[in-house]
Amino acid sequence: MPYNIVALLKRVPDTESKITLRDNAVVTEGLNFVLDPYGEYGLEKALQLVEQHGGKVTAVLCGPADAKETIRKALAVGADDAVHLSDPAFEGGDAAATARVLAAALKQIPFDLIWSGKQAVDQDNAQVPERVAELLDLPHVNSVIEFTLAADGKTARCVREVDGERDVMTTTLPAIFTAQQGLGELRYPSLKGIMGAKKKPITDWNAAALGLDVAAVGAAGAKFQVIQLEPPPARPPGKIIPGDAQTAAQELARLLHEESKII
Amino acid sequence: MKIESVYFDEEHHLFRETLRAFVEKELKPHADEWEQAGMFPNELFRAFGKLGYLGLRFPVEYGGQGLDYWYTVVLCEELVRCQSLGVGVGLLVQSEMATSVINKYGTPEQKREFLAPAIAGEKIAALGITEPGHGSNVANLRTTARRDGDDWVINGSKTFISNGTRANFITLAARTGGEGARGVSLILVPTDAKGFSVGRALKKMGTHSSDIAELFFQDVRVPVSNLVGEPGRGFAYVMELFQGERLVLASFANGIMQALWEEALNYGRAREVFGLPIVGHQAWRHRLADLLTQMEAARQLTYFACDRLNRTASAQKEVSMAKLYACELVKRVAETVLQLHGGYGYMEEYPVCRFYRDVAAFGIGAGTSEIMREIIAKEAIG
Ligand SMILES: Cc1cc2nc3c(=O)[nH]c(=O)nc-3n(C[C@H](O)[C@H](O)[C@H](O)COP(=O)(O)OP(=O)(O)OC[C@H]3O[C@@H](n4cnc5c(N)ncnc54)[C@H](O)[C@@H]3O)c2cc1C
Repeated sequence: MPYNIVALLKRVPDTESKITLRDNAVVTEGLNFVLDPYGEYGLEKALQLVEQHGGKVTAVLCGPADAKETIRKALAVGADDAVHLSDPAFEGGDAAATARVLAAALKQIPFDLIWSGKQAVDQDNAQVPERVAELLDLPHVNSVIEFTLAADGKTARCVREVDGERDVMTTTLPAIFTAQQGLGELRYPSLKGIMGAKKKPITDWNAAALGLDVAAVGAAGAKFQVIQLEPPPARPPGKIIPGDAQTAAQELARLLHEESKII
Repeated sequence: MKIESVYFDEEHHLFRETLRAFVEKELKPHADEWEQAGMFPNELFRAFGKLGYLGLRFPVEYGGQGLDYWYTVVLCEELVRCQSLGVGVGLLVQSEMATSVINKYGTPEQKREFLAPAIAGEKIAALGITEPGHGSNVANLRTTARRDGDDWVINGSKTFISNGTRANFITLAARTGGEGARGVSLILVPTDAKGFSVGRALKKMGTHSSDIAELFFQDVRVPVSNLVGEPGRGFAYVMELFQGERLVLASFANGIMQALWEEALNYGRAREVFGLPIVGHQAWRHRLADLLTQMEAARQLTYFACDRLNRTASAQKEVSMAKLYACELVKRVAETVLQLHGGYGYMEEYPVCRFYRDVAAFGIGAGTSEIMREIIAKEAIG
């Protein structure tokens, strides 16, 4: 039985990029962008499911106009088409505002299930897919590391990793699932995939196309306000404790106890 | 890691990004093991074949990707980052040096029998030109192929042949006619032919993960239909198709210089001498600034040559300049970066140590630096 699967993706700075801040925001000029890795795990699962059962994968990404290049990475690895949600009014949104945009778009896209990353590595909010589930009144299972569809195609069985335990959940479809590391790495795009990405359709929707009130999205609709954004403090240099094993061990124990107060 | 250039568009960037991740995750962790084994595993040919990387320039009809030389340039620049140059050598001998002549001048039958399986990584290819007595002087080679009915009967020997211990076929330069360049032809020789034998795998200074061997031919018979193109045109084909091979070497050199540069910065920023990081001392800052300037010149010269080769298929002078400049420069860069590491650079633990050995052959393989100067002078001066 074929499935329509949506993969929600986010464009994030490459973790190897050097991040600079200006006016409480990350400077995006000159940054190299990638697909968020958690979103990639979800996309990989979506591609596998379609390989097994048939159907199609639609990549959905909310991001600025120049995010097209990142969207095409999803098309290069095998997504069939994509929806780009882009409008200056969407920018600067918090998790709630972005979820409103995604939910409005998902009302226009037929789907049987939705994959998303469990969080994105840039802001680590871990809120958007849950909020989308709430807005669309869908069941959701987060941090999935194993996933199987029942033979009748109506339910899914998920394994989640929680505090070293394995939590097994089943849910009816349609539903939203969020991917955790361990679900499976995204495949490499083949050359054919790379060369063919530009030929696959990307639908552009802005606030007007989705019938969204611009006051409810982006910075205007955000309840969450960034007061100050700072780079993490530089790590203090490591310490080498000299001496033979016995004296060094004693000194180490003393430092751990008195200075860092760990023991 | 994005290398901006007017020549690169989104597809090139994504190809590079994919390769960078692939090399880092799938190749680099095995580099030490393959260096010690003296050979990377045969499965790598198949894996690369599946990814489509062995037929970048070749027609879709035979399993290739139908792309231009830019993809080969990107592949070469990224492959060397696995820190085991032999991998790049073995794979590019397969995908460029030994097969480009079949692609350009081969018959449909030759393409089906040799090119398609090489693109798929199912047959391993080697290029047999150099002989114990004649290296640079290709026109003078002594291996002979005598016509006998419907067969060529081949006698002679070759040396320094990359992939030689494991090739399924050799694209062989042999004398089918009289003395000089016009007597040389290229013949495809399956290595299971009677009378073919492989001498010892030669022990070499670097590129330890690729095999290199002496090959012997004693009354080896192959059908006359295995001759590529026209008889007596072998030397001309070699000269024409060496352009691709030389572009490969220049691109390997550019990729290694980039990797060496990163090693220099990593080490030179972390190591303090006399109260300052190494790269904080003006003596090093200026030396590194000079190197980076020359590296950029080498890369841009290579890109210039590639652009011309793509557009005109005839860029002997430009490709020779790129090969000469990048392959000589990479030796100086390796030496300087080793010096920056002090004693640590001389230790196997640091990547610069292996790079230093590997680059020693850059002025030799695919035509020596002296031969590059000969080509440039001949075209420019007459
Ligand atoms: C790692 C490696 C891999 C190789 N793989 C292959 C392979 O797969 N297939 C293959 O066929 N060959 C291969 N070769 C061989 C390589 O192509 C030859 O070593 C090269 O062409 C030089 O030939 P030679 O070693 O006989 O040196 P020679 O030709 O004997 O040259 C000796 C020296 O004389 C110089 N010289 C030559 N002619 C002139 C001149 N006219 N004016 C001034 N100086 C001159 C040369 O530049 C060199 O410095 C490989 C070599 C190496 C090191």
